[in-house]
Amino acid sequence: MNVKQISIFLENKPGRLAEVTRIFEESQINIRALALADTSEFGILRLIVNDNEKAQRMLKDRGYTVGVTEVVAVEVEDRPGGLHRILAALSKDHINVEYMYAFVRQSGRNAVLIFRFDDVASAVKRLAAEGMRVIDGKDLYAM
Amino acid sequence: MIFNEEFETMPREALEAIQLRRLQATVARVYNTVPFYRRRFDEAGVKPEDIRVLADLHKLPFTYKNDLRDNYPYGMFAVPMDLVTRIHASSGTTGKPTVVGYTARDIQTWAELMARTLTAAGTRKEDIVHNAYGYGLFTGGLGVHYGAEKLGASVIPISGGNTKRQVMIMKDFGPTVLTCTPSYALHVAEAAEEMGVSFRDLKFKAGIFGAEPWSERMRQEIERKLNVKAMDVYGLSEVMGPGVAIECIEAQNGLHVFEDHFIPEIIHPRTGEALPYGTPGELVFTTITKEAFPVIRYRTRDLSVLHPEPCRCGRTIVRMGRIQGRSDDMLIIRGVNVFPSQIESVIMETRQFAPHYQLMVERVGNLDQLTVLVEVNEGMFSDEIKNLQSIERDLEKNIRETLGVTTRVKLVEPKSIQRSEGKAVRVIDKRNI
Repeated sequence: MNVKQISIFLENKPGRLAEVTRIFEESQINIRALALADTSEFGILRLIVNDNEKAQRMLKDRGYTVGVTEVVAVEVEDRPGGLHRILAALSKDHINVEYMYAFVRQSGRNAVLIFRFDDVASAVKRLAAEGMRVIDGKDLYAM
Repeated sequence: MIFNEEFETMPREALEAIQLRRLQATVARVYNTVPFYRRRFDEAGVKPEDIRVLADLHKLPFTYKNDLRDNYPYGMFAVPMDLVTRIHASSGTTGKPTVVGYTARDIQTWAELMARTLTAAGTRKEDIVHNAYGYGLFTGGLGVHYGAEKLGASVIPISGGNTKRQVMIMKDFGPTVLTCTPSYALHVAEAAEEMGVSFRDLKFKAGIFGAEPWSERMRQEIERKLNVKAMDVYGLSEVMGPGVAIECIEAQNGLHVFEDHFIPEIIHPRTGEALPYGTPGELVFTTITKEAFPVIRYRTRDLSVLHPEPCRCGRTIVRMGRIQGRSDDMLIIRGVNVFPSQIESVIMETRQFAPHYQLMVERVGNLDQLTVLVEVNEGMFSDEIKNLQSIERDLEKNIRETLGVTTRVKLVEPKSIQRSEGKAVRVIDKRNI
C-alpha cells in the first residue's frame, strides 16, 4: 500500500551525487522522484525508484549506507490550493510532517506529493477521510 | 594456582633485595660486554657502582626500539655466539625486525615463567594445551610450548592457520586450554559456528590470549562465544616473549609481573619522569636475569598502570593494568593528553558504531582542533538530518565529558576511512609546528 523510499548517506563533496546516478544508469534503474537534504558536511539523498530491491542491492554492493523508509504519496490537482487542502486536513489531527517533496506527473494535470510522517497510519486514515487519492507503491514505481 | 610459591608470593622486602642484587649484576655485565650500553652509560655519567639502591635504576638511560634496530642483528647480544642457543625476531612491521637471542639458561628461565603463566591461568599437568600461537621467529608458539612441557601438560603444537582443521582437532583431541591471539580466538569461534560445532560441546575451560591489545568488551565476547575463562597475557620479544605478566584465573584483574626476572616502571611518555604506582603512563622494563639479550629500561611504548596491592590469589608481585594504547599515538590537544584508544572506547560505548574512525588534528588560528571522523553504518543511519546530527552531538558530549577535550564529530561515508593490512592509521596530524 505505502510507498518505499530509499535514502543514502552522502558526504558533501564534489562528485558524490554523480557517483550514485552513474550506478543507476549502469543498472538501468529509473528515478521517479528525489529530494536532497543537506548540511554543510553531509547530505541525505531520498529517492523513489522503479526497482527498490535492485537499487538497494547495487548501492550496498558499492559500499553505500542505505536506509528504507515508508512514505505516503498523495495525488492532487495541479492548481492553486491543492497542497493547502492536504496540509489543512492533517493539521486538524495534529499530524506532523517530517519532510515532503513533490513532482508533477507527465500528463501535467496532477501533482504527486511525497510525505514522511511519524504516524503513517493516522495520516493515511485522515487523508482517505478527506477524499484524497493516496497512491499505491507499485503504481507509483510504474508511473 | 601457583607454580612457584616461593617467588610469586615472596614478601616485598625480600623480593626487592633479590631485584637489587640481580640488577647490579646485570648492569655491570652489560657495561662490560655491550659497547652500546657502555657508551650510553658513559654519556649519562653513570657507572655500574652507582646502582646502590633500587631507585638508582632511574639514573640509567632508556633503551629504545631504534637502538635495537641500529645494532641489527647481533650488536646488543651480551654473550658470544657459542653461548647462544636460540634466535627469535619481531615481525618488523615498521622497518627491520628486532633480533633477540637466548642462552640455554634463558630458555630454561622462559620455560619456568611460561609454566607459571599457564598455571596462573588454571592449567594443570593433566590439561591439554591447544597452542595456536605461530611457531617460528615469533616468540608466541615456542614460548607456550616450552612452558607447557615444563609444567608437564600435554601440548598440541598446532601453530596458526588452517582454521577448519583446528576446529576438527579441538573436537577430536579434547584440548582444555587454548592459547592464541584474541582476534584469532574470535575467528575460530566464527569458523566453528559455520561448521556447526558448538564450543559448549568442546572441553575448553580457559584461554590465554595476548600478543595484541584487546579490551574488556572483547574478553566478554570471547568468554561467551568460546565458553571459557579468558586471561590476558603480556610479553614482548625484546624483554623475553610471552610470560612477562599474566592474569590469574582467580581474580582476572590485572596482570602479575614476574618481578624476580623483570623490573617494571611506569614513566611519563614525554618527560621520561618515573611515575608512582597507580598513575597511568608508559611501561618500561629492565631484565635482571637474561644472559644473551638483557635490556636496560626498555621503552615498550605500551600504556599501562602498576598496582602493588597483593591479589586475592595470594601473589605479592605487582600487577599491571590491561594495555590502554601506545604512547607513540599520544596527541596533545590544547594541553590535554589524548590517546586514540580512549576515544575509541567512548565511540564503542556511545552507540553501535563500527570501530572505523580516524582523528584529524588541525591548527585553526592558534588553536588545535580535533575532528573525529566516524563512518556511518546502517544501525545508526536515518533519513532525517536531525537524527544524524544528534548522533554527532551525543558523541561530542561523551568525548568532552570523558576526556575533557572538545572535539568536532563528523560522520563520513562507509569505507571512506582507509583500511590497512596491519595497524590502522588512526591519526592524521595536519599541524605544522
